[in-house]
Parts: sequence; structure tokens; C-alpha cells
Amino acid sequence: MFADYTSAELLSIFAMQGFAGLILFSVFVLMALGLAIIFGQMGVINMAHGEFMILGAYVTYLISNLFSTYLPSLFGIYFFVAMIISFFAAGALGALVEWSFIRFLYQRPLDTLLATWGLSLILQQIYRSVFGAREVGVTLPDWLMGSVPLTETIEVPINGLFVMGLTIAIAIAVYLLMYKSRWGCQVRAVVQNRPMAAAVGINTAKIDRITFALGCGIAGVAGSAFTMIGSTGPTAGQLYIVDTFLVVVFGGAASLLGTIASAFTISQAQSTMEFFLSGSMAKVLTLLTVVIILMIRPQGLFAMKVRK
Amino acid sequence: MSMPNQSSMENSALVENPLSQHGLKALFPKHDIIYLAILAVFLGILLPMTLDIFRLNLVGKYLTYAFVAVGLVLCWGYGGILSLGQGVFFGLGGYCMAMFLKLEASDPESTKIQSTPGIPDFMDWNQITELPWFWEPFYSLPFALIAILVVPTIFAYIIAVAMFKRRVGGVYFAIITQAIASILTILIIGQQGYTGGVNGITDLRTLLGWDIRTDSAKYILYYVNFILLMLCLLAAQFVRKSKLGRLLVAMRGREDRVRFSGYDVSSFKIFVFCLGAAFSAIGGAMFTLQVGFMSPSFVGIVPSIEMVIFCAVGGRLSIFGAVYGTLLVNWAKTTFSESFPELWLFAMGALFIGVVMAFPNGLAGIYKSHIEPLFSRKPKMFEKKPSTPKPASAPEPVSAEPPSIPGSISAMGK
Repeated sequence: MFADYTSAELLSIFAMQGFAGLILFSVFVLMALGLAIIFGQMGVINMAHGEFMILGAYVTYLISNLFSTYLPSLFGIYFFVAMIISFFAAGALGALVEWSFIRFLYQRPLDTLLATWGLSLILQQIYRSVFGAREVGVTLPDWLMGSVPLTETIEVPINGLFVMGLTIAIAIAVYLLMYKSRWGCQVRAVVQNRPMAAAVGINTAKIDRITFALGCGIAGVAGSAFTMIGSTGPTAGQLYIVDTFLVVVFGGAASLLGTIASAFTISQAQSTMEFFLSGSMAKVLTLLTVVIILMIRPQGLFAMKVRK
Repeated sequence: MSMPNQSSMENSALVENPLSQHGLKALFPKHDIIYLAILAVFLGILLPMTLDIFRLNLVGKYLTYAFVAVGLVLCWGYGGILSLGQGVFFGLGGYCMAMFLKLEASDPESTKIQSTPGIPDFMDWNQITELPWFWEPFYSLPFALIAILVVPTIFAYIIAVAMFKRRVGGVYFAIITQAIASILTILIIGQQGYTGGVNGITDLRTLLGWDIRTDSAKYILYYVNFILLMLCLLAAQFVRKSKLGRLLVAMRGREDRVRFSGYDVSSFKIFVFCLGAAFSAIGGAMFTLQVGFMSPSFVGIVPSIEMVIFCAVGGRLSIFGAVYGTLLVNWAKTTFSESFPELWLFAMGALFIGVVMAFPNGLAGIYKSHIEPLFSRKPKMFEKKPSTPKPASAPEPVSAEPPSIPGSISAMGK
């Protein structure tokens, strides 16, 4: 399949597809980070995670409309406002959901799967009723348009670069929060041994709620970033949920580093193959490879060495 | 939460009937034979007498999902293995049937306007000029019938061996089966020259020259479906009451203890998963026959997870409950989406959350805790209790579990 291209062309193809893969990687990482916190740390299967992401996307859409109508002079910075509001909107919904039913289901992980699937159906229908079934997109501010030429044949779009930068910033923030802050220490303590954590005075119920809210909040930011590179529909979240779960499981559920590494592998494999095969076959081959690797190595790439 | 209540009730029921599983009643302890008879009368006599052929055909379509739900009761309710990929097996069975029917419908005579007569129309539209090799054997009905059972079962066997031999279970198994459902859907849609793509395999007419679209054929197919379902229920009941059933419940509770007792845990799990897959495949094939087409919209993630909710509504521990649950949810879906399409997703979502939160054992659990005691005690004025007539005949099988399984009660909370 490489025969029709010269080596220089091949290099550019790989570079461009690699960059497209990096953008996909950014979205995967942002979604998977939230999921890795909720699923990896708390053991809750949040099938509505995609819908939390879409909530962030719709909030960004609303804010961009608001800015272009009332504050056109500040339109250049609307995205940062939208991102922060998306985070808190998705986080608040997450806290509400945790309080209203997730907290009763911690002992039954398979049931959280069904309940959150129900939640995702309800949220999808709400989006459809409020925003309509058609996809909506946001207008990018001027400074995010266009692309940077690297060589004659290789160009990288600015919005893609921006999303990648954002992803790196959020990944570092999550790392610091989980491994360097007092709160992260409490989260990890609760995950490892709930009764002992409670015994030393950690309010485990509160930690659970904040952890869940944080995971959902990050999903909201992911949705906000998602609007930079694609349009949003009511069912867009469902398209990503299976991929995201595979990313998290493939990486080794409790490992943030593993999540990032597996998001990188999967997105690069998929986007490179997409150029040479049809999109659907690329996805089939990628997912199939992941599933087969998981059958051989069920603990994922980076497993915590814990004897259960 | 109703869980503690229910557990204690089961407990008392177990103590009251310590001998119920002995003797001639081994296969049908307590009221199970009555429940089976009620179900048979309801499906085999009552519905055909009261419904017109259009509605009866709909019920027949719903009942094909009941095969999946019964399989899920064994896998999920008893074995604790939640598969989110039952649509894969339903679809494989359905596609095997559809491939045979499609080949019969595309004989050279009726497809002579195509550029290549004698191949299915969608292949012709996709510039395929020769029948692919894997379609060839489906000219033979015996091969197709065997394939309906064998292909999904082998596929399930491969998945199950790979997962259970490595002691992967629970959540991971659910996610991987879901990914497989997703992969198969993308594959079917992507390879439309070989599979019919997103439209699926449509325009199926005859089975060995017998027109399956007439009213009389629909009646016959309904009864074939009904009889197959009853046979599957008998098989499920046999598994439930055999030693295998007890081991499944024990494994669901404390898998390691069963393993320490010397049982090869994974083999039992593999068997029950394959059995569930075979049931689903029969359902899929009957679906194709009764509805007249098969498409990837019955294979993917959404239908697979909906099949789980059929089982959960009916009661994940009751094979009879699963049938009623399937009928009830599908009837509600048809009614709602006919008149209030927007409300349906809300109702479905609320159903998922409500069943999980309030009624983990579904209709059968409600029957067990509220209605069954009325039969054993002296009758009181409880006319308002059977608010829905259907749960009234759904049994709760846990009561019939032998009391020698320590895991069965603690496992309820899982």
C-alpha cells in the first residue's frame, strides 16, 4: 500500500496523519482522564461520561453565542470563560448525580453501568429537546483560525495545537492534584482502603462526591475543547464512550500514565491507518487489536501491582 | 432499599421448605410448573385468541428478544457474568438465517435485471460480481440451521475462553463484550458489499418456496417461535435446577471458595455464556423469519444493553420473569414511541435507574415479596396489589434454591 508514494510524500503523510492523531489523542486523553478518575479510582462505570462531555460542548456553544451577541469585543477570549463554566456545570451535575443515586451503588459496579446508561438516555433526550437534533458548531475566534506551515508539505492547524496545549495543561493539573495535593492523597487512601481511611478521619462520602464531580468536570472541559475541532450533536457522546472505556482499560484502570500512553497508541494507530484503509476498517482493526491485547494481558499496559 | 427485607424473606422461605428440591419435584420445585403452564397458556392461547395478526406478529418479534433475556438470566442473574454483547449473538444468528433466505430470494430468475444475476441485490449495487466464498454454503438450509447455532456459540466460546481462563470477569468482561458489539457493528456497516451495510439484509420472501409473509405463515412462525421459547425455558430450568445452577450461584457469591473446593470455575462460566449465546442466536434467527429482515441496528451497543434491561425489568433471577419483562418493556416502547416519541427515551432512562435503584430483582422480585405471600397465608383484602396483571404470574425462583448455598443470600447485594 506504500508503493504509490515517494518517501518524501510518505513522510508528510505520516506527519500530517500523526498530527491528526495527536488531536484525536488530546480528546481521548481529556475524556479518558475524567473516566480514569471515576472508573479507575472509584470503580464506577459511568456510561453517561460522553453526555457530561457534550454538556461542556453545549455550554461552550451557548457562551460563544452570548459573547458574539452581547460582548463582541471580548469574543477572542470567550473560550476560556466557557471552559471554566463548562467545568463547573459538568462538575455540579456530576455531584448531583453522585448524591442522587451513584452513592447507593458503590457495592454493585455492574448496576452503576445500567443506571448511568439510563442517565445518558435522559440527558441525550434533554439535549435533543433543548438544542434540537441537528449538530451545532461554534465560531472560532480569529486567533485560532488558520494553520502554521512547518515545511512545504506539512501544515499544522492552530486550533489543533491549542487543544493539545490545553490537554497537556489539564493532564499536569490532574497529576498534581492526584499525587501532590492533600486531597489527592485522601482520594488514593479511600480507594486503597476505605475503612482505614474512614478510621483516620477522612470523610469518605465527601471524597467520593468530589472525586466524581471532578471526573465529570474534566469531561466538561473535554467537551469544551471538542467544540474547537468538531461540531456537537445530542448523541456525539455515545460515539466516544466505548473507545474511551477501551483507552482506560487498555492503559490499566488505576494508572494515569497508562491512560495517557494507551490514548496515544490507540489514536495514532487509528489515524495512521485511516489514511490507507477506509475509516471504518481502521477503527475495526484498532479496536480489535486492543481487544485481543486485552485478552492476552487483561490487566492493561500499566497495571498497579496489587494482590487482591 | 428493599434488599435487606427481601433477603430475610428468602431466608424464611428457605427455612420453611427445606425439602422442596427432593424427589419427583427436582426439576419443578414449588410452583414453577404452574408458572410455566401459566406462561404457556398466556403466550400460546390467550394472546393468539385476543390479538389480530399484526399485533401477534409484534408479540412474536418481542418474544425473540425473550430468548436473549432468558440467556441473560442464566449468565448474569445466576452466573454474575454481565454481557453487554448479546446483540452480537442475536445478530449472528439472525444474519445466518437472513443469508439463506436472501440467497433463495435472489435466484437468477428474479434478479435478471442486475448486471450479475443470481447474487443478492446489495452486492450488485456495490459492484461485486461474484458470490463471496462465505456465502456459498448458505445455499443449503441444513447448513444454515447448523450455522445459526454453531457460529455464535463458537464465537462466544472463543471470547469466553480468552476471558474466563484468565480470570477476567465482572466489569472488564462487560466492557470488552461491549467493544466487540461495537466492532461487529462497524464491520457490518463498513463492508456493505458483503453484508448489506446499514440497511442490512432486506426483502426476504420465502423459506424453501414457502412464503413467510402471508398471515398464515405468520401464525405458524409465531407458534414455532413459541415452542422454541418453551424448549429454551425448559433447558434453562434444567440448568437452574441442576448442580451447574447451584455452582453458578455459588460462584457469583464467592468465586474463590468454589475454586478452592476443586471446581474448574472458568469451564462453568464458559458453558453458561455459550448457552446464553446459543439462545440469543435462536432468537435472532426467529426474528429474521418473523420480521423479514436483519440489520446492524440489532447488533450494536444500544440494542445489546436494551436486552439487559428487558432481563432486569423481568427479574434477573427469574427465567419466567424475563419473558414478561421483555414483553412489557417492548410493549411500552411500541406504545410510547407511537404516541410520544420524545417521552420514550425519558421513560427508558427512568426505567434503567428505577429498576436498579428500587427493584434490583425486577417484576419477579416484586411478585416474590408482595404477591406470593398472599398464597401461603390466609387471604386478605389485597385487591389493589396486582396493579399490573403481568407480574402476577412471574415467579421468584430464588425461593426454590436449595438452602445449602451460603453465597446465595449475600450475593444478592452484588
